[in-house]
Amino acid sequence: MDLVATFFNWRVLRDALPLLLEGLGVTVLLGATSIVAGFVGGLLTALLRLYGAAPLRALARVYIDVFRSIPLLVLLVLVYYALPFVGVRLSSFGAAATALSLVSCAYTAEIFRAGIEAIPKGQFEAADAIGLGFFNTMRDVVLPQALRIVTPPLTSNCINVLKDTALASVVAMPDLLKQATQAQALAANPTPLIGAALLYLALLLPLVRLVGHFEARHRAATR
Amino acid sequence: MSAIVEIAGLHKSYGTFHALKGIDLQVAPGEVVVIVGPSGSGKSTLIRCINLLETYQRGEVRVDGEKVQRGKALAKVRAEVGMVFQSFNLFPHLSALRNVALGPLRVRGIPRADAEARARSLLVKVGLAEHCDKLPGQLSGGQQQRVAIARALAMEPKVLLFDEPTSALDPEMVGEVLAVMQALAHTGVTMLIVTHEMGFARRVADRVIFMEAGLVVEQAPPEQFFGAPREPRTRAFLQAILQH
Repeated sequence: MDLVATFFNWRVLRDALPLLLEGLGVTVLLGATSIVAGFVGGLLTALLRLYGAAPLRALARVYIDVFRSIPLLVLLVLVYYALPFVGVRLSSFGAAATALSLVSCAYTAEIFRAGIEAIPKGQFEAADAIGLGFFNTMRDVVLPQALRIVTPPLTSNCINVLKDTALASVVAMPDLLKQATQAQALAANPTPLIGAALLYLALLLPLVRLVGHFEARHRAATR
Repeated sequence: MSAIVEIAGLHKSYGTFHALKGIDLQVAPGEVVVIVGPSGSGKSTLIRCINLLETYQRGEVRVDGEKVQRGKALAKVRAEVGMVFQSFNLFPHLSALRNVALGPLRVRGIPRADAEARARSLLVKVGLAEHCDKLPGQLSGGQQQRVAIARALAMEPKVLLFDEPTSALDPEMVGEVLAVMQALAHTGVTMLIVTHEMGFARRVADRVIFMEAGLVVEQAPPEQFFGAPREPRTRAFLQAILQH
């Protein structure tokens, strides 16, 4: 059989392209939702982990440890197939977004914690001496500086979340991978899978490059 | 007139190290007090206790009659007490102007335009008119410390604390910072200054305090302190540092 006709079949790709683009849209939407939810949740969790009352601190630590340990695929299956037994029935998008956000939140919390802990003590003291108070100290002094430090690892985490969206095809989510496997079955040709791989690369390669750029800039700034 | 800073029976230890062994100190409004002593004598610790950057085990600090303690009122008391640090501690991501304006903007609730106009005039006062929009990293050590003084002044504090403000500076920049501090003295703001600059202490202080091993050993007006110190330990200290 001809290799090009098998893997790079233009006609099959053209037919599958609308489906693939639809899947790409779902992938991006799912990734963006989980990234935003994970960012907000992660920041709050980091603040609780660092500055909360003792029981909340402990709770945040347990949360972070558990959701960094559990395999995402296991969590996804639990949320989608086990929760209905206790009456919580999520759509496949809801289940996938929940599982991805929970895990991303835990990783983001650890990233933020490291960033906040990297801010010199003198910054907190200067803010205290002015009488800024906790909220203003975080908003005006600590977080803007921490955000610069954590931009590269946060971007790395975004890449991971976007890649992990592919697992959502397991819970019948019509994402890019799912659409590609369906198109492949329909056409009895693997070209749509190649197309999906290329679309993933087109989405993620620039982000990977961006992390490299951030890191180079950070090195230059701290030299 | 009643004291603006009152310290009574202050004890502080770090683990087994007894850093402050019962300090009593009263500072009158407008007074300029310079604290000197060997390193490890507890002088920095003492002024850091005034705005509770250091916690202590025993004793009490009052600023303008208000007890300084943990709780809701702490930020309010701290806003009345300005502090200048050895290592400047400017906010590196904010311009000089923003550094100075931040406190008035957030703590006093002054509109941004007004806070920045006032910050600008303070920076002019400390000789940094052309540097308002620079980041701390673009300024020399002496310039940074002058921004830090302007930042402390912007809160219109009743008390200004200086924790070795010139110790981290290159020698040629010490003078510009001391000049700003000298201009501030006797403008009504109360100043407590920890420093090794004896010439400055002699010129500017109303009272010089000598600390050693967590205790106030001697306090006197500068003429008497430098001219005729009473305590042998003070004499030994002055001899050692004035020799070179």
